[in-house]
Amino acid sequence: MVLSEFAGVSMPDWIDALLRIVFIVALMTINAFALIYLERKILARLQARVGPTRTGPIGTLQSIADALKLVTKEDVRPITADRWAFELAPYMAFVPVFLVFVPIPFTETWFIRDLNLGLLYVFGVLGLNIVGVVMAAWGSDNKYALLGGVRAAAQAISYEIPMLLIIVAVVMVAAGRLAVDGDASLAGSINAIVGDQTTTPYILLQPLGFVIFMIGALAELHRPPFDMPIAESEVVGGYFVEYSGMRWGLFFLAEYTALFLMVMLASSIFLGGWNWPFGADVGLGLQIVLTLVKTSVMIVLVIGSRALFPRLRIDQLMAFSWKVLLPFAIVQVIANGIILAYGGADWIVGVVSFALLGALFGLIYHLMRQRKGEGARTVSTTPATPRVITAPDVTPVEAGGD
Amino acid sequence: MVQRTFEGEVLTEPVVVEREFETVDMNINIGPQHPATHGVFRMVLTVDGEIVKDAIPYIGYMHRGGEKLSENLDYRGALGYQDRTDYLAAFNSEWVYVNAVERLAGVEIPERAEYVRLILAEFNRLLSHFMFMGAFGTDVGYFGTAFTWTFKERERIQDLFEAVCGDRIMYNYFRVGGLAWDPHETFVEDSHWVLDQVETGIGDVDELMTDNEVFVARCRDVGVMSAEDAISFGVTGPMLRASGVPFDLRVDEPYSIYDRFHWEIPVGERGDVYDRYLVRLEEMRQSVTILRQALDQMPTSGPIMPERMPARLRPEPGEIYMRQENPRGEYGIYMVSDGTDQPWRVKMRSPCFHNLSSLKPQVIGSYLADAVVALGSIDIVLCEVDR
Repeated sequence: MVLSEFAGVSMPDWIDALLRIVFIVALMTINAFALIYLERKILARLQARVGPTRTGPIGTLQSIADALKLVTKEDVRPITADRWAFELAPYMAFVPVFLVFVPIPFTETWFIRDLNLGLLYVFGVLGLNIVGVVMAAWGSDNKYALLGGVRAAAQAISYEIPMLLIIVAVVMVAAGRLAVDGDASLAGSINAIVGDQTTTPYILLQPLGFVIFMIGALAELHRPPFDMPIAESEVVGGYFVEYSGMRWGLFFLAEYTALFLMVMLASSIFLGGWNWPFGADVGLGLQIVLTLVKTSVMIVLVIGSRALFPRLRIDQLMAFSWKVLLPFAIVQVIANGIILAYGGADWIVGVVSFALLGALFGLIYHLMRQRKGEGARTVSTTPATPRVITAPDVTPVEAGGD
Repeated sequence: MVQRTFEGEVLTEPVVVEREFETVDMNINIGPQHPATHGVFRMVLTVDGEIVKDAIPYIGYMHRGGEKLSENLDYRGALGYQDRTDYLAAFNSEWVYVNAVERLAGVEIPERAEYVRLILAEFNRLLSHFMFMGAFGTDVGYFGTAFTWTFKERERIQDLFEAVCGDRIMYNYFRVGGLAWDPHETFVEDSHWVLDQVETGIGDVDELMTDNEVFVARCRDVGVMSAEDAISFGVTGPMLRASGVPFDLRVDEPYSIYDRFHWEIPVGERGDVYDRYLVRLEEMRQSVTILRQALDQMPTSGPIMPERMPARLRPEPGEIYMRQENPRGEYGIYMVSDGTDQPWRVKMRSPCFHNLSSLKPQVIGSYLADAVVALGSIDIVLCEVDR
């Protein structure tokens, strides 16, 4: 259902597209409010607290109160800041995230535009996000911000590569499947990929891909255990340490929109988005419910990870990406290539991917055991045998002083 | 990269790194207002990217002259200042002071008062270690989970303290010779209930942190300190035991009635941050063991103050150094009496001051994030460092 049909009027294509953009922006703003509330409540529950309760019924208006506070706050710019870099940075971080929503399908027909190279577009535009972060870091003229920004840049570069390779692997599988009863050239379109998952979600064909994608997404989103760009106890908030008021709010909005975006992408590519398990014929309502259920479950998992994981160190994070995830992603691409080139069935792809996933977990487990050393606890206990009391006695001295 | 070493000359040598372009080291100010410093501690780090090349710690922001203040009050009046040195283990600090005065003046303490003191001090050790677990978890990067979970248990212990003495932090409950007043009637039952809860809480912390892969990755082989270095720096308490030295004043120089209980001293092997965490975790379990025995043995009634106490304490001229095992290490009071009702000299030996001095060699050559973790593992209380 195109939006113009949905509204009951016919309109030019470009107005239709504009309306959809406005719709997405409005939806994402509300979504950010909802996610902030959800995050505070879930975190509070996991942390033996109750979270916001005072604003509105069970605290539901807390996000609105926060937003009001942000809007009315003074917009402080440090006197030594690079003015243009500082003031433009929030927009540079914020706009690309919204642009990425163009090819993301909420239902079979609800998207802004179905791009032929949708996946390429998504990662191309999302990469621009980091420009805003680095601009903020540099423009703030603050050492914590600089460290945070450099960390964010290093992290984004390292984690986008395995993610992109995994997307290549997924597109190879999709092209093979679409070639059977469709157009293989559509394999870069997200909607076509979702449309192909009527019976088999790609998580069964590419489980390793799903895991690497989610790890990469956590790193892209600066979520624990990969939150060192904004690490409170090290760099005091990182690249937005000097921001206040609505400029900081824009970073925040971008962050939560990116969270929604990443889980939307993961649910579209790996969990069958609006399609699996009911198929395309169930109608608009059930499709959007399906999308929302999948995204919500994953959002709760992402938020929960914030309560349960401490933070890795920056070198451990980089080593994990370059030495563990990247080789596995490359092996996955090569394996897919060989199997599909020799006309192997889909289930062979899935089995190989599962085997690779097992190897990944095994490797991680092995590395951790190695680091921890033999036996979990290196602490031994010696029995406290009471000895003869040698209480310090009072030694008489020549008292000095007045 | 700088080799992690404790040889002084090697540390000061310039680091020779082949560089294609000129870079400048950056000075970062960690503190006095920084989320990682647990108070007003300031550390100026010289960093080359993420690697710490030099660290200059600054202390003294909290200096209030507690020693001199104590010298200008009579022996009983200075008790309140002891709460305010180590505010996370106020009972333990009070205990050292009253013990020093009692030894100096030759006052005998009733048995029941001794038990109550020991029980409250061991509870205070639990409370302090819970605080460590929470703050340390935040340093490592838990977004508040460790903090809230441990504070839940800490609140229970504080409720018990409030019931006993009416205050949650600055107790001022011990007196020279005994206690201010008898604990409330249900003290023993309440204590047992709190102990049950606390044991569950220790298990929760254990499950949350000990086997967490990320936690292990961040703590293992960070801030390593050998036993020789620990001794030469004057490090005491859990940090010393984590380095493999089974030195605990409760056993090695027994005071009070610690010789009546059976428990064990946890000792680490590698002397890294993870061992310090494990030693503290095990110490909490051992404290629970001591507490259970003490609660069972405690006389149900009896005096809590000696029958006759002089109105003004005038100890014979002499000196004493009384030291006890605080949650952070050896807390000592050196006191000189000149026969008047005021001490001629009071010197507080605070464990954190010495433990903190070992920070610099631990952080040089490590990552910036490791410096924060190493600082957190010392479990500093700045009030006690600066006194």
